[in-house]
Amino acid sequence: MQYLRMTPELFIQYLFAGITYGIIYAIVAIGFNIIYNTTGIINFAQGEFVMLGGMTAITMTAFMPMPLAIAVAVLITMVIGALIEMVFIRWLESPSVLRMIIITIGISILAREAALHTWGESVRALPYFIGNEVTSVTILGAKISPQVLWVIGVCSLMVAGLSLFFKFTSLGREMRACAANRRAATLCGINAKNMVTLSFVLSAGIGAVAGCVMSPITYSDYEMGPNLAIKGFTVAILGGLGNSLAAVAAGLLLGIIEAFSVSVLPLAFQDAIATSILLLILFVRPHGLFGSSEAAGLKEF
Amino acid sequence: MDLWKRYIPVLFLLALVVAVQLITHFTETSYYLTQLTMSAYYSVVVIGLCVLMGYGGQISLGHAGFFAIGGYLAGALTTHSLLPIKSHGLVAFLHKIGLLVASKDLYGGDLLTVEPWAACIVAVFTAGIIALAIGGPVLKLKGHYLAMATLGFGIIIFRIALASAYFGEADGISGVPSFKLLPGLEVSGSFGARVLNYYIAWMVVIMGIILLLNLIHSRVGRALRSIHGAEEAANAMGVNTARYKLYIFVLSAVFAALAGVLVTHYNGGIGPSEAGVMKSVRYVAIVAVGGMANLWGALIMGIVLNFLSLRGVFGSYDDAVFGVILIVIMLFAPEGILNINPWQRLKSLFSLLAAKPGENTTE
Repeated sequence: MQYLRMTPELFIQYLFAGITYGIIYAIVAIGFNIIYNTTGIINFAQGEFVMLGGMTAITMTAFMPMPLAIAVAVLITMVIGALIEMVFIRWLESPSVLRMIIITIGISILAREAALHTWGESVRALPYFIGNEVTSVTILGAKISPQVLWVIGVCSLMVAGLSLFFKFTSLGREMRACAANRRAATLCGINAKNMVTLSFVLSAGIGAVAGCVMSPITYSDYEMGPNLAIKGFTVAILGGLGNSLAAVAAGLLLGIIEAFSVSVLPLAFQDAIATSILLLILFVRPHGLFGSSEAAGLKEF
Repeated sequence: MDLWKRYIPVLFLLALVVAVQLITHFTETSYYLTQLTMSAYYSVVVIGLCVLMGYGGQISLGHAGFFAIGGYLAGALTTHSLLPIKSHGLVAFLHKIGLLVASKDLYGGDLLTVEPWAACIVAVFTAGIIALAIGGPVLKLKGHYLAMATLGFGIIIFRIALASAYFGEADGISGVPSFKLLPGLEVSGSFGARVLNYYIAWMVVIMGIILLLNLIHSRVGRALRSIHGAEEAANAMGVNTARYKLYIFVLSAVFAALAGVLVTHYNGGIGPSEAGVMKSVRYVAIVAVGGMANLWGALIMGIVLNFLSLRGVFGSYDDAVFGVILIVIMLFAPEGILNINPWQRLKSLFSLLAAKPGENTTE
């Protein structure tokens, strides 16, 4: 069933493409996890943070140098994340899951429509961080764009930074305390509501950074969010909801499967693959590839 | 007595349908009938979904998928000519038993297509079978997982419609012939048949409503409400929750598919946007605004919102309007817009505002 002859160079090429997309999916999945851990909510608007980050940065580059533009865009997205939480979620008292699903879907629609009316339907991109679209470095005989290395590098740094943050800073520990037992955390003097806001800020922030570094190679447009969200969710489920390191492994897995699927299936069906994997995982192992089925027995799917 | 009470609103609806037609006739605004017909068909999806979501408590973000399965299959079967494979045994057999019709296309070329009735049955049946097949595993899931799984199903259907040449890729299917229900009674978008089609659509809605009203007042309906209330308790009482959920899921899928078939014949075509995620979200929004477990609310909102949307009242903010509706309803009136007691709302809003400063000082 080989439509393309797989040379070692081509293999490396596909592998890098897979890793690039995979790590972006992982970042979106971690965004889901951060919010899920502190609130038990799946934020259906997660993909919109990535879109907003990329699109804002592209607009900002007209006024300032690119590194500054990216920083400003990430900050703006974080503020938007905080606003969303404060306006729509903070004051609800134990809302039902169905209600939260519908509200976050509504938020994602609003973000998308706002983007459509601000930036229009056109596809944009940030300039390459180093060189241009034909610049390449040779790795094991395959030509790889330096931007790919930027994406992999920045996202890996974010993952490492986040795990350090959650492990070693008091703020990170407080957030984890809220995730583990909100009531007990509140009794210890932690303001659980602020931790929820912080989780939205963090997850908007990492989404926006991912949106900026990926923009030169994958481009940005107003409707990129839902597609990323569904793939990020697939990855989050694949790794076991709430488990961020497993999400990285699952993200790489999905990215690589997608990249290599191009050699056997028409490109048009690529997006259907992630979704089919999602359905399959939900049906067969809803606690994820790496989650334990015992712990899953206590959860509701 | 009770039965009589149940049907009074139906009679009222029937009278209203006739009255609206007469009014548009005498005020010469019968162009409204086109959108009212379309709204009626979309409302068939909405009332089916309402029973699934409101009474069964199961969210589905994939109902545009079932609508598309119905519409696309009916469209493709009645449009794509089978002449090139006429010698195939199966085609010859179908032709012999009268399930195929010969016709001419726009340019006078010969066509051999599936009879609309047969296509309709195949389309609705396929949607039912698919719902049955995925319903088993999907309905075991709850909350976010159920939402994502149904969303995923909708996306797969959308991708298939967009990627297959058989379903016309981005262009969709056009030139779908009219659907002769009975001699002299056909679903078509032709100008002369506008009033007739308005009544056909509303008859479908009324039949659907009667079916669902009977359903929710039957044993099945009580079982569904018990599932919504407390699934474990219902299970413990001996209600086969899995079976009832599946049953209602398939039924709502069939409603959506039937609406898809009729809309496709009425419009003479279908495009991939009908299968899009936004459409599914829109159906959910309408059910939510109508008050979830409120069949009449869902119907009224389905007609009003679809009519306004089809008239282009919302302009380029169409999707945004539905987004705002979703958020506002879910934030302030999760029981639906028709169940709001304004005074009560105002009072609770004031008490909320009064409580705000106190809450902040606890920091």
